[in-house]
Amino acid sequence: MHLVNVASRLAAAEGEEEFHAPGPADFEFPPLFGEGTFFTKPMLIIVLGTLLIGALFYVAARRASLVPHKGQFVGESVYGFVRNSIVGDTIGREGRKFVPYLTTLFCFIAVLNVAGIIPVLQLPATSKIAIPLFLALISWAIFNYVGIRRHGFLGYFKAMMFPPGLPKPIYVLLAPLEFFSTVIIRPITLTLRLTLNMFAGHLVLLLTVLGGEYLLVEKGGALAVLSIVPFAFSIILTFFEAFVQVLQAYVFVLLSALYIAGALADEH
Amino acid sequence: MNGEINGSLNMIGYGLAAIGPGVGIGLIFAAYINGVARQPEARGVLQGIAILGFALAEALAIIGIGLAFVLS
Repeated sequence: MHLVNVASRLAAAEGEEEFHAPGPADFEFPPLFGEGTFFTKPMLIIVLGTLLIGALFYVAARRASLVPHKGQFVGESVYGFVRNSIVGDTIGREGRKFVPYLTTLFCFIAVLNVAGIIPVLQLPATSKIAIPLFLALISWAIFNYVGIRRHGFLGYFKAMMFPPGLPKPIYVLLAPLEFFSTVIIRPITLTLRLTLNMFAGHLVLLLTVLGGEYLLVEKGGALAVLSIVPFAFSIILTFFEAFVQVLQAYVFVLLSALYIAGALADEH
Repeated sequence: MNGEINGSLNMIGYGLAAIGPGVGIGLIFAAYINGVARQPEARGVLQGIAILGFALAEALAIIGIGLAFVLS
């Protein structure tokens, strides 16, 4: 790292700007309204996203009729998708009461993710680890709560750590492993999967755009023509990111539903 | 330019760490495609399972990139 700094300083002294690869520092934002205030860009995206989802479901639920109007159709499509494709396949009929939570979760994550490719905003708010962490903790609390309510406190941990039908010595190894993976690893992987997918995706988009801009503006000449390549990649990757963002929202909700299903199941 | 290489060794480590999940995800989708080719009507069921497996395998690569940035 030291060598890089020296090289960049030398290049700067010669009047040619060195290319700075984007890094974690690009995810730090100053307050929007000057020093001393707390309101940053990720917060703005959360507020806008919450308002958008609230408005969508308000329009969807208002004057609901047998023949759905446009807003109702969109709302019912999302709700139906979560109910049939996610909850129906994992928890089953019993999972009806979790559908509102999971639908909200899906919409919230999807909207905050897709903010990463919307012009002007262009930051997936979920790349700040606090948001996925909190959502994962809510899911963690829910699946443990329903599990404990279903099986009782000891029964829940017994069902989790001692799946029946195995030779006794195996449990010495299996019980701590199951406990560790269910109680500690699950919320961590939920958090990291969402955060770092958004982080890495945003980083790649930044790299292609900034690289193209560097070739076009700083290098100039024959290299400016080559800037077409990173710009073309930035467009392709934007579509890929759109896919990944919706997929990650789906994966987060699917895993939450699976964890709830696992906690409710009689035998693991 | 006298043959020296600059940069972070972490990224080489991440590249190596991503091989495993890469192969794993490839195997998962290979099995999914096989399953759908043999039994097209099972597509809906298999899709959920495939994406679940993908998410679990991908978590390893994702943890790798997190560590590559954190342990600098």
